Amino acid sequence: MIEVAEKREIGTITNEVRVEFGAVSENESFARMAVAAFITPLNPTLEELADVKTAVSEAVTNAIIHGYENRGDRNDKILMDCVLRGDVLEIEISDRGVGIEDVSAAMQPLYTSKPELERSGMGFAFMEAFTDNLEVRSEPGCGTNVRMCKKIGMSPWIGSEE
Amino acid sequence: MEDFKVINNYLMIRLPDEIDHHKSVDISSKADRYIMSGRVENVVFDFERTSFMDSSGIGIILGRYKKVSCFGGKVYAVNADSRIRRILLMSGLENMVEIMDAKKAYGEVEK
Ligand SMILES: Nc1ncnc2c1ncn2[C@@H]1O[C@H](COP(=O)(O)OP(=O)(O)OP(=O)(O)O)[C@@H](O)[C@H]1O
Ligand SMILES: [Mg+2]
Repeated sequence: MIEVAEKREIGTITNEVRVEFGAVSENESFARMAVAAFITPLNPTLEELADVKTAVSEAVTNAIIHGYENRGDRNDKILMDCVLRGDVLEIEISDRGVGIEDVSAAMQPLYTSKPELERSGMGFAFMEAFTDNLEVRSEPGCGTNVRMCKKIGMSPWIGSEE
Repeated sequence: MEDFKVINNYLMIRLPDEIDHHKSVDISSKADRYIMSGRVENVVFDFERTSFMDSSGIGIILGRYKKVSCFGGKVYAVNADSRIRRILLMSGLENMVEIMDAKKAYGEVEK
């Protein structure tokens, strides 16, 4: 008889972490490592790990450079919420910075408001390419919220338990 | 840490393990000191030790390309793994940066 090794109700939260950190560039690598550690139990492939780290790095860097205008003040906070629903990772990265006037224009590849800082306008394009779903909500003067989802790991082989 | 070396008129930049915004500011400003000194014409980015790069890396490369290309200089990428190549191509850098085999590039530089 074939049995499904694991059966989870879709949509049930199986784990979650919330991290708040100062909007300084040192914390870009911290955020990547924190998410990588969070998904380690799911046995992600090296490619999935790199995808998630890139997407997180882009969103956090945007919060620091654009949201908080590169002030480098650790009192400006970035909130990172990670939720697992079975093998689906949801990451939400929020800042209370300047916000975005026109979100769909900002999301166009190669669009950047900071060419003088050598930004290339590829951040949202990478977030979109390396995750399964990307949603951006923003309010000028209030802040920006970036939500990304990605399925991690291959589905378990049926009946492959030792 | 990244390191810099000038061979003939090529600036060789060995990039660090992770290239992000935090690291990029320093790499760009150091590279520009060499470029402004007038001793270099071309730039070679060596990714041998690099396992992570985000869009900040694209900014470093594009910024140096703009500085050297107006004097006829070229920009090369060597030892780029498949992921870094993909990121370079997604950003449309294929017309600005020559992705090269390391042996060939170093042979060229030391001529
Ligand atoms: N958290 C944010 N707060 C305010 N503005 C933002 C935020 N994130 C993105 N933006 C706006 O959206 C634009 C596009 O972002 P994107 O990450 O695609 O490119 P970039 O950051 O300009 O360049 P790159 O990511 O390639 O270095 C930014 O230039 C900025 O104007
Ligand atoms: Mg960006």
